[in-house]
Amino acid sequence: MYEGAIQDLIDELGRLPGVGPKSAQRIAFYLLSADAADVKRLSTALDRVKELVRFCTTCFNVTESEQCRICRDPRRSDDVLCVVEESKDVVAIEKTGEFRGRYHVLGGAINPLEGIGPDNLRIRELMARLGTGTVRELILATDPTTEGEATATYLALLVKPMGITVTRLASGLPVGGDLEYADEITLGRAFEGRRRV
Amino acid sequence: MSGYRRQLYRDDAVVLRVQKIGESDRVITLLTRRHGRVRAVAKGVRRTTSRFGARLEPFGHVDVQVAQGRTLHTVAQVEGIDLYGKRFIDDYPRYTAASAIAETAERLTPIEEEPSLRLFLLTLGALRALAGGERAGPLVLDAYLLRAMGVAGWAPALTECAVCGTPGRHRSFSVPAGGAVCPDCRPPGAARPAPVTLDLMAALASGDWSIADAAEPAARRECSGLVAAHLQWHLERGLRSLPLVDRGATAPAARGGGSATPAHEQERA
Ligand SMILES: [Zn+2]
Ligand SMILES: [Zn+2]
Repeated sequence: MYEGAIQDLIDELGRLPGVGPKSAQRIAFYLLSADAADVKRLSTALDRVKELVRFCTTCFNVTESEQCRICRDPRRSDDVLCVVEESKDVVAIEKTGEFRGRYHVLGGAINPLEGIGPDNLRIRELMARLGTGTVRELILATDPTTEGEATATYLALLVKPMGITVTRLASGLPVGGDLEYADEITLGRAFEGRRRV
Repeated sequence: MSGYRRQLYRDDAVVLRVQKIGESDRVITLLTRRHGRVRAVAKGVRRTTSRFGARLEPFGHVDVQVAQGRTLHTVAQVEGIDLYGKRFIDDYPRYTAASAIAETAERLTPIEEEPSLRLFLLTLGALRALAGGERAGPLVLDAYLLRAMGVAGWAPALTECAVCGTPGRHRSFSVPAGGAVCPDCRPPGAARPAPVTLDLMAALASGDWSIADAAEPAARRECSGLVAAHLQWHLERGLRSLPLVDRGATAPAARGGGSATPAHEQERA
């Protein structure tokens, strides 16, 4: 145990996801020895993120204005909507440059073990968006985990009666990997999702 | 780590819970056959190149090699025996029932690495039955909860009075008293379930599926309510998953074994 400010900092850092007590101590002492201007920039960034960043009122992506950049972009198409769990998934899909529609960020996946049910996610807001009738295709891009797949199943059941085409991202083999190293579930999915060449 | 030899052991286990930790790891809660409930880190499983990832998804029956550490254990090897999780992902009600089974198993093993073979076998059997799809999911869940409470030592009395032990088909049920109660012992505020509801509970507790399968929806609903109330009474904190169980579909799923077409495949067709 240290005293005063340094221990407070170690305690706060230790509460961050993925930061153990040893890492917290290392980061705290790094900051202590760092240039005052560098530390000031970090603390300003921390203040600003809570002050300025909020959720887009349409898609719930993170943004600094009422609507996010993607929702404001008139060149994107309104008839395809891609559902993801988190804002970081929007970033990952945007990097591919393959998708020109809009997004809807659920804020997680249905996980009863963690007490997260449909009402804890932005599903009601999704249904309201779909209710306007402009969306023709809904792409379910939740994680290929048990929770993500179950969430996609739940959404598909809700949305299909509305006459909207519902699609799911194909899960296949990781590019650059050896076939023999693929696990049986991924390999099985790759077989189901095979396409004509 | 100098001079410290890591102990390795191999066991079969059910994956109860999976939680993200760090950049790409997961903490896996396992209910093992011989070592009780074990928490172990699976390194790198969230990377798409991991072979372990898919085998350590919730609800699977796996063969694991656990490396014992001073604080946290790690998963050294894992092979899938029967990965039930993949059968629940295209059936939302069963996914929620499986979650309640897993959370119950976790809560009934408060001490890590204290073997409970009966609970392990019960949990494995319940997930297998749920994945098999021949029985209604809510009945499989309620049978599991009743028998798991039996393992914990607080099964509700169903065929005798919970207070005086008089055998019979009693008409009242009191959670605080411990189950069915005779007219003499009936405390104020005891529930008056339909007699067929108590018959259903007794059938589920003893594994009499001919009676259970024939039960009417009203009896099933009342039974689920009493089982949940009895369970929550005995647990310090309520189960988080139980209120989220989707009991909407009481009919058995119209599909056989593991040959169901995954939802994402149906969408594309
Ligand atoms: Zn937006
Ligand atoms: Zn009595």
